[in-house]
Amino acid sequence: MSVPRASSQTQSTPRPSSFRFTSRTWVYMALTVGSVVTAFPFVWMLLTSLKTYSDVFQPGILPANPTLENYAHVLEKTGYVRWFLNSVGVAAATTVSVLFFDSLVGYTLAKMKFPGKEIIFVIILSTVMIPTEMLVIPWYVSALKLGIADSYFAIALPGLISAFGVFLMRGFFEGIPDELFDAARMDGMGEFGLFTRIGLPLVKPALAALGIFTFLGNYNAYLWPLIIIQSANMRTLPVGIALFSGESGAQWQLIMAASSLAVIPVLLVFTVFQRQIIEGVVLTGVKG
Amino acid sequence: MTQSPRAKRSGLTLAGRQAVWAYVFLITPLLFFLLVRIYPAFESLRLSFLDYRSPLTVNPFIGLENFQEMTQDATLHRALLNTLLYAVIGVPAQLVLGLGVAMLLQGINKYKGIYRAIYFAPYITPIVASAWVWQWLLNKNFGPVNALLEQFGIPAQPFLGSPDQALVSAAALVIWQQLGFQIVLFLAGLEGIPRVYYEAASLDGVTTWTRFRYITLPLLNATVVFSVVIATNGFLQLFAQVANLNPTDQGGPLDSTLTVALYIYRMAFQSSKMGYAAAITVLLFAIILLFTVFQLRVLRRRVEY
Repeated sequence: MSVPRASSQTQSTPRPSSFRFTSRTWVYMALTVGSVVTAFPFVWMLLTSLKTYSDVFQPGILPANPTLENYAHVLEKTGYVRWFLNSVGVAAATTVSVLFFDSLVGYTLAKMKFPGKEIIFVIILSTVMIPTEMLVIPWYVSALKLGIADSYFAIALPGLISAFGVFLMRGFFEGIPDELFDAARMDGMGEFGLFTRIGLPLVKPALAALGIFTFLGNYNAYLWPLIIIQSANMRTLPVGIALFSGESGAQWQLIMAASSLAVIPVLLVFTVFQRQIIEGVVLTGVKG
Repeated sequence: MTQSPRAKRSGLTLAGRQAVWAYVFLITPLLFFLLVRIYPAFESLRLSFLDYRSPLTVNPFIGLENFQEMTQDATLHRALLNTLLYAVIGVPAQLVLGLGVAMLLQGINKYKGIYRAIYFAPYITPIVASAWVWQWLLNKNFGPVNALLEQFGIPAQPFLGSPDQALVSAAALVIWQQLGFQIVLFLAGLEGIPRVYYEAASLDGVTTWTRFRYITLPLLNATVVFSVVIATNGFLQLFAQVANLNPTDQGGPLDSTLTVALYIYRMAFQSSKMGYAAAITVLLFAIILLFTVFQLRVLRRRVEY
């Protein structure tokens, strides 16, 4: 808990004696060059998405006749809106589930006393090492046998609880003094109440970070949705974009418009939650 | 520990009551981990001994034949070699660039947040979209990278179209994508180094390089190991990027960008050789296990001093 706060505070204070480069200007120049290179793919994507079909293959970076036609085409003539809603829906449901179960398990493993605690933690943690590739074949076979392939449930199921999140939340709950819980327990508060009313409010920053990363991870998920989705209506955004782009030949202005439509919402989320997202990375680093 | 009246009435001690609740909280997640993680992992191991074609056919037991086939499969060997090459190119590049940019960022006060946001943006961008943008970016005839090269009198390069350049081009996409994550990690690591070390060093008048070599690098060791673990695991499971960089010939040209994960997908879901694919996933798991054990050892040894 105190870890992220401390680091975000020290971030704003400069450290004069740590590293002094010969000239600060050079540092800014190097960073700017790096940023331009990093940002250029985005700029190029947006500019191409505004070009007409014939302008795409003309030299020059700026669109000669800027148009929003490509966006209209993608939104109206493809299943884009449906794909987007599918992705958001699956990601939202997964996030709610992960936040609830991961914090509950993390809390139980950190703050409750019961036989078998260590072995249960080791079992859960060991699943982190299993590569997804090893799991998708049995998942696919099982989904077919159960008749749930091509359903939202099948797309979401493998991600509904995350071992990494359990590990993260356990670390946070361990940082809370036991006395807080013991006092409330003596007052007669039930175990679930201890978790929801005492525990959860104290780990809000961790929940925010875990929630944002779970949402983004599932919004962007590709391998499993690609395997389990069969009908066009069920496609998530990455699967839809990959197939649409593959089918549209060299219509780069359309492909770039579709990519822009996938990227823009994420960048907006990032702009709003930048602090939590950056802290989230730091937290995983510190806890990991 | 004293017993509450309620606990006494129900016949359970406070500790016993707490244990019951703990199991109630854990039962659903534990079933999930058993059924959706651990059971499928063993199921893959079982499938690796079968000539498994589809859930609808008879899939005979063939012993170690899949594993024998793996030793003869030149395409698989290519995929393994490529995956190793990706890691050998990508991990050090991410590390050096990540630490470099983080140190530059640490040296400035103004616009730090903006720079960090720009470097981080690719990390959260959908991989599929990024891969298509890079395809267009690196296009031989119309891509801006070749247009820039032309300004310097360098002839147009095929990049993703050439077996010699495709892997490096794909690795560049992954590095671009992951760099922001590494920068943020390293920034946090650098902030964690106590200032007194640098102050003492500046009193002694040591050079920038000495400070880096004998203060920054050793104290940053935990971060370095963590970032190596994350980066290596990412490369060992590389899939979406390569699948979308050359969608008409996934892993091409001439399998030059093929990864183990992509080959598993190809075998299981395009060639209906699920048993064989499962055998390869067993190998992949073994590789990841080895790496993890090795890295944990390094981590433990280094943290001691």
